Amino acid sequence: MESMHSFLFWVIAGLTGLCAIATVVTDNIVRAATWLLFTLGGVSGIFFLLGADLVGAIQLLVYVGGTLVLVIFGVMLTAQSPFLNMKTSSAEWAISIAVGIMLLTFLCFAVFSIKGKFGPADAQHPVAQDVRRGDAADSDAATSTSTMQIGQAFLGVENGPPRGDGKRVHYLLPFEIVSIHLLVVLIGAAYLARAKKRRETML
Amino acid sequence: MGQPLFASSGYLSWIGYLIVVIAAALIIGFMLVSAIFSVWLERKVAGRIQDRLGPTRVGGKFGWLQTLADGMKLLVKEDLIPAAADQMLFRVGPYIALAGSFMAFIALPFGNGVVAQEMNIGIFFMLAIMSTEVFGIILIGYGSGSKWSLFGGMREAAQMVSYEIPMALCILVPVIVTGSMNLGQVALQQQGIWNWLVFHDPFTFAAFWTYFTCALASCKRAPFDLAEAESELVAGFHTEYSGFRWLVIFMAEYGSMFAVSGIACIMFLGGWSLGLPWELTDLLGMWVGNALNVGVFIFKCWFLVFVMMWIRWTLPRLRIDQVMMMCLKYLIPIGCGLLLGVALWMLIVPPFLQWLTKFVIFGGSIFALLAMAKALASYTTSAPGTAMAGMWATAKSPGYQAAQAPKA
Repeated sequence: MESMHSFLFWVIAGLTGLCAIATVVTDNIVRAATWLLFTLGGVSGIFFLLGADLVGAIQLLVYVGGTLVLVIFGVMLTAQSPFLNMKTSSAEWAISIAVGIMLLTFLCFAVFSIKGKFGPADAQHPVAQDVRRGDAADSDAATSTSTMQIGQAFLGVENGPPRGDGKRVHYLLPFEIVSIHLLVVLIGAAYLARAKKRRETML
Repeated sequence: MGQPLFASSGYLSWIGYLIVVIAAALIIGFMLVSAIFSVWLERKVAGRIQDRLGPTRVGGKFGWLQTLADGMKLLVKEDLIPAAADQMLFRVGPYIALAGSFMAFIALPFGNGVVAQEMNIGIFFMLAIMSTEVFGIILIGYGSGSKWSLFGGMREAAQMVSYEIPMALCILVPVIVTGSMNLGQVALQQQGIWNWLVFHDPFTFAAFWTYFTCALASCKRAPFDLAEAESELVAGFHTEYSGFRWLVIFMAEYGSMFAVSGIACIMFLGGWSLGLPWELTDLLGMWVGNALNVGVFIFKCWFLVFVMMWIRWTLPRLRIDQVMMMCLKYLIPIGCGLLLGVALWMLIVPPFLQWLTKFVIFGGSIFALLAMAKALASYTTSAPGTAMAGMWATAKSPGYQAAQAPKA
């Protein structure tokens, strides 16, 4: 049922695109965050459609959680004067459209340079196979093994996916760097958000 | 592992798509019926605990059609939107909450293979999707344009963001024991009541109670119902709602109560296992076995929902600082400790000792339950009719006549 599969893909992709446009066009902060939620949810829907359950669930957990914080800040900022609107100047529009077109061009080049769907078929590539066949059952099996491999590669176990020259890939160092970076950010956030001691006001 | 009855993972034929639609319809139908039953049960339980009868008239005995009558009233009620409200957010909020609650059921297995979409990461998916429900609540609170609603929504946000962490930590404990995030696989590893993961070791036993506490908070049930604290905030985040949207908010709440109970059943209480050491689908065939399995699973989940109601009508509401302190100072460290403990337990403790511990905890729990039942059965209460005349006394009760007699 490849036609149905691609039909669903176009429906979800179209809705996601519309929500993305609405995110940019809306003036109200909280509404924009809501549209962003729908956009990110649509992206995770595409992941689920392609059979990448783990990536889809992570997309939901991480980005929905992230947008949640955005909404909370939006609510807190606009709680004093409800439904505060932000006007966008025409200069900002011009800059953002230019950046957007540049990003789109870059992405188009990246997509069309991938072999498989658009270029000559790369039979060894599991994702390309699944996209062509539209068979979620096989991609389930493919993602579950590769997820385990990625996890083991993160931890520096020898079972990482093989590289071109036959050696195993290890992500332990970048993984640890990212972890330390996150820890620093967390401590910094806690330090900034900590209530200042105001003894003189208490007395 | 049996073949999935409903939409498996094959997007291959029109039949497959038809099955997807049927599975979705079944889930939403089940959510509705479950919510109707739960609302009726809530009112009866509240009545019994507060020494009154609850609904008695609609539908003959026990007022069992009361919720349908309520639902019809809500459907024909005027749908008000306050002038100060943000129209779009006000309209869309309840449906976001319902979607978050509904989609969790997609990965929830009701029996051996009775699941809308079997996933390798079922439990992770459920936790991820249920965290979107809070979004709806916050948008409802903000979009209402009322300070009571805003307070309720922000309280809910603070509570949910905090309680998600210990909840996920507690879920990781049985995941470490079973080595799988596939809900069906986890349930199939618990044939026989002594193999239920809650009895597996001291850490899973503690994790079950910690998880249930967090689940109460994540469903904003009392004693954590600060988001709708009716004595402080009118009705909290849904103060401004009426009619059908109010109905949708409550369907989402009862749906997520059932979903977190379902997770507790599958991760700790043997899933659809009756407690016998055999899988019923192997003994009785696919359809009969799964019919029994689904019945057992739904009964277990409703029992946990009943416990949630029991807690709601027993304990008073906490203060917001107590809620946050309980999560940040106690539940998160407990969760981390349990995670570390169960990992060490699986690595260090010899298999014989693990086997022994399982039966010690199982036996101890049974003994404690029996002792509690005995203590409750022999507990004497003041006789009705004497203490509060006319409350539940009949004309035959000893003190009734004396209490009714005119004072001289």
